[in-house]
Amino acid sequence: MALSEKTIDETTKNLSLPFSVKNALVSDLKKVNVSKKELEEIIERIMDIYSYSTIEPCEAAGVVSAQSIGEPGTQMTMRTFHYAGVAEINVTLGLPRLIEIVDARKKPSTPMMTVYLAQEYCNDRDKARELAWDIEATHISHLGSISTDISEMTLTIDLNEKVIIHRNITPAEIAQKLEDELGVSIVVEDNRVIIRPEKESYRELLQLVKNTQNVTLKGIKDIKRVVIRKEENIGEYVLYTEGSSLKKLEGMGGVDMTRTITNNIHEIYEVFGIEAARNSLIKEATDTLREQGLTVDVRHIMLVADIMTVDGEVKAIGRHGISGEKASVLARAAFEVTVNHLLDAGIRGDIDELRGVTENVIIGQPIKLGTGHIDLVAKQNPR
Amino acid sequence: MHLKIPDGRGFKSLRARLLFIQGMNVIMNNSGNFSLLDHQLIPHHMVLSEKEAAQVLKEFSSLQPIEKEQLPKIKSTDPVIMEIGAKVGDIIKIIRKSQTAGEGEFYRLVIE
Repeated sequence: MALSEKTIDETTKNLSLPFSVKNALVSDLKKVNVSKKELEEIIERIMDIYSYSTIEPCEAAGVVSAQSIGEPGTQMTMRTFHYAGVAEINVTLGLPRLIEIVDARKKPSTPMMTVYLAQEYCNDRDKARELAWDIEATHISHLGSISTDISEMTLTIDLNEKVIIHRNITPAEIAQKLEDELGVSIVVEDNRVIIRPEKESYRELLQLVKNTQNVTLKGIKDIKRVVIRKEENIGEYVLYTEGSSLKKLEGMGGVDMTRTITNNIHEIYEVFGIEAARNSLIKEATDTLREQGLTVDVRHIMLVADIMTVDGEVKAIGRHGISGEKASVLARAAFEVTVNHLLDAGIRGDIDELRGVTENVIIGQPIKLGTGHIDLVAKQNPR
Repeated sequence: MHLKIPDGRGFKSLRARLLFIQGMNVIMNNSGNFSLLDHQLIPHHMVLSEKEAAQVLKEFSSLQPIEKEQLPKIKSTDPVIMEIGAKVGDIIKIIRKSQTAGEGEFYRLVIE
């Protein structure tokens, strides 16, 4: 007799299996008719295979992960600056990028955002283009040429009309912005902006040229360039930006913030929190390895990401992060800057509990791993 | 969208209240505001009641008893924690999407 779906659901509900395995099991069970006895046998066998596939107790999971990421790491190219699939945008890849990720740098060497667009924008190239100009930082050098007149002591900007229309900015807006930022008097004549320094000196004028070039007239300051691309697989226009600034993007209309991401993990941590940072670490590390044609099981990367985020903030692997916080003096001294650790510990009078692996290797005791972690007591037969 | 409607707003019925929330959501979606919790990188967070928290600790205590301080941490300044309004000492249940297990549960303790 075939079992009803309800019985199947109830019998499988309390099995300690991962979500995906359980789902596959239930959906397959519902397709084929099984009897109660068969069901029990299926479950028993699955539980056997599952427990066989789980990691052994006392296995050194961290070392296995370190080796599994480290070995493919040796095959990575040392220095690659690639245009990673993204047109014209320069992204650090390969080993330098992987090091950047595990070092939890505050700012990556090539920050980049992937900006997804809201529904009414994502299929319209013109609207996407417009938004791109709103995001990209516009400087005066983009809009026209600057010349200085020493006899008149003025600075003249000849604006390129086409570019101004293209970038959707008026000479009056430019003048207003420059006035706010520089605090000098400005005269606008058609497509010409004339600026006069406060004091009439040559040095002042040169300084003014420099300052004028640094003013962000439009867009977000940190974003140097925006590239629009139509992603074929989702059929939408997506913006890629050189430079990253999620916070400033947040209030902008037309941006789908629920999908927009950056490769700056610290920024993700600050804007979206620790769990998002963990997801981002996994994504960035996997992508970097995959781009180099290396396949590392995601479990190893997940373990690294978990240990980096376990205390509620993104911590580096290494001296300033995880390894520098080990409880044992000997373990820390064995890693880097040996003398400093021993000296500090001596001054403070630290005690080493010898619970870890490294310190026990150093002093020549059995380590607590694998079979070494289990104490056996012989049961004596009374004669 | 996640909205907090203050109590005592004087809705005549539950339906009116729901319609209000729906309307607000439309307005907020159009104005470009977004709820942090909708981001694809952020898994679902929820605050556990004291009873649930005790149950979780009990589950992890099968070999040796553990305290909640031994759980992984999350800062009270974390954007998601501020959004859901959890307090220091709460245990947060996180339902992660996992590439290997499909879905996984994770727990964090809110710290200063």
